[in-house]
Amino acid sequence: MSATTAIATPTAAAAAVPKAQFDWRPLALLVGLMGLALPAIGTPSTWLTLTVAGLAMGLIIFVIASGLTLVFGLMDVLNFGHGVFIALGAFMATTVMGGMTGWAGESTALQLTSVFTAMVVAMVVAGAVGWAFERVIVRPVYGLHLKQILITMGGMIVGEEIIKVIWGPQQIALPLPSSLTGSWLLGEASIEKYRVMAAGIGLLVFAALAFTLNRTKVGLLIRAGVQDREMVESLGYRIRRLFVGVFVAGSALAGLGGVMWGLYQQNVTPQIGGQVNVLIFIVIIIGGLGSTLGCFVGALLVGLMANYTGFLAPKVALFSNIGLMVAILLWRPQGLYPVTNR
Amino acid sequence: MSQNLLELTGVHTHIGAYHILHGVDFVVPEGEVTMLLGRNGAGKTTTLRTIMGLWQASAGDLRFKGRSLKGQATPDIATQGIAYVPESMGIFTDLTVKENMVLAARAARNASELDTQRLEWIFGLFPALKKFWLYPAGKLSGGQKQMLAVARAICEPRALILIDEPSKGLAPSIINNLIAAFKELKRQKTTILLVEQNFMMAKALGDWVAVMDNGRVVHRGAMAELAEDEAMQQRLLGLSLGTHQ
Repeated sequence: MSATTAIATPTAAAAAVPKAQFDWRPLALLVGLMGLALPAIGTPSTWLTLTVAGLAMGLIIFVIASGLTLVFGLMDVLNFGHGVFIALGAFMATTVMGGMTGWAGESTALQLTSVFTAMVVAMVVAGAVGWAFERVIVRPVYGLHLKQILITMGGMIVGEEIIKVIWGPQQIALPLPSSLTGSWLLGEASIEKYRVMAAGIGLLVFAALAFTLNRTKVGLLIRAGVQDREMVESLGYRIRRLFVGVFVAGSALAGLGGVMWGLYQQNVTPQIGGQVNVLIFIVIIIGGLGSTLGCFVGALLVGLMANYTGFLAPKVALFSNIGLMVAILLWRPQGLYPVTNR
Repeated sequence: MSQNLLELTGVHTHIGAYHILHGVDFVVPEGEVTMLLGRNGAGKTTTLRTIMGLWQASAGDLRFKGRSLKGQATPDIATQGIAYVPESMGIFTDLTVKENMVLAARAARNASELDTQRLEWIFGLFPALKKFWLYPAGKLSGGQKQMLAVARAICEPRALILIDEPSKGLAPSIINNLIAAFKELKRQKTTILLVEQNFMMAKALGDWVAVMDNGRVVHRGAMAELAEDEAMQQRLLGLSLGTHQ
């Protein structure tokens, strides 16, 4: 056997080594929640509608939160200003899509082009602002958690005020293009077109992140840096450069999430970031700080819980995700998929 | 005596308000093993971390191949050819053994780009790593983790390897395994600066020794000389090393 073969595949001796077991229990919890909701809701078609809506909402939250969890994991930076990138993305969408409405007309292709253009522009602008935010606001407070909380919250307030200066303080409508409104009927269940598209984009982002983290050297460095950044530096890699890249990518994803969230709500306010901030912090705490898979499962749980309780008991819907977080932390105090060494 | 690869001159290090190193002076000759001995809290680990730039020297100079390391960032120091095995081993426990090795090989983008000949040599030194190649490093035993930590430091040729207490907490059989591996590295003229409390290991490997106390080097010389002089051991380390394994 050549050396390369021995390295690429497990040897006969390695075959005797017990395989590390993947932890399925958080995923089982997700399935269990869906399963429990079915008899509680009663009607399968309503359950399917709510489940698709919950998964779509969860995937949008995942897009927004994925960058934040990596930023925290990699550099221990608590960025409470993440919401400003969400708001920025959403407002960029109002400008880009508003400007392209006449051009797109009733053509499905052109309408989709305007949506994807808004997403790309939002990502570029949010990424660029994220780069400046890291340089001016975050960099001076590395390692100082209290100052990070104060200055990043301050950054978000300033960002919101700048958004008010540019777009005004009032709520702005962000209607879905006609080609994305309406639903598909699946038996008696109504599946909204936009939610399917949002879920598709969310899954695409998850797949891209999973590929980057698991199949590339940069991903390997990020995963290692989340565990022990000092050792990564001792191996000769500049983790700060990596962190800036992750911060910019995380901001761009928040911008993308902002467009998706704005289209989901069909309106945008300067406070949109602050509103979503609560949800994304619940998600990253539930998932395990720094864990992308945990963030993914946590976001889906939050999305499903919000939709199920919104239907079953609207009065407790507001608190349902806090309850979910408490229950999960009682079960796993470090989150669903804790990152070791933290 | 060989040419000096690393020279520390009057190195002072502060950690916050604490003044830990008070003018450390010693040299590490090329191609030989230098032991850094001393009681707990003498400043050995701080010295290694200062060399790596993990803590910056506040005064004095550190010269590697004649170039000053002072003020340089850790990644820049590492890329000049210095590998570091910390006391905590610094294993990425969520990554597999393979992924840990790919990270250590800066030039490799994935496992297929690792130097296979060198890897087979490492597997010869530490067969467990081949067996557990695709296994999460966090599931390895303490001895296997230490082997992985050392393997990472040698998976590409490095000019100098800094190793901090590799025998700490390990069973004697594992320590013997490590000693055999270090002897092989020594045979290949690898320059090593080794912090160690285990005298059996220090005696078996060391060419030169620097003994630290209270943040200073209080003795420099040949390891053999210290190994044979019990009075000097008592004076420098407060114990007879012959009875301290």
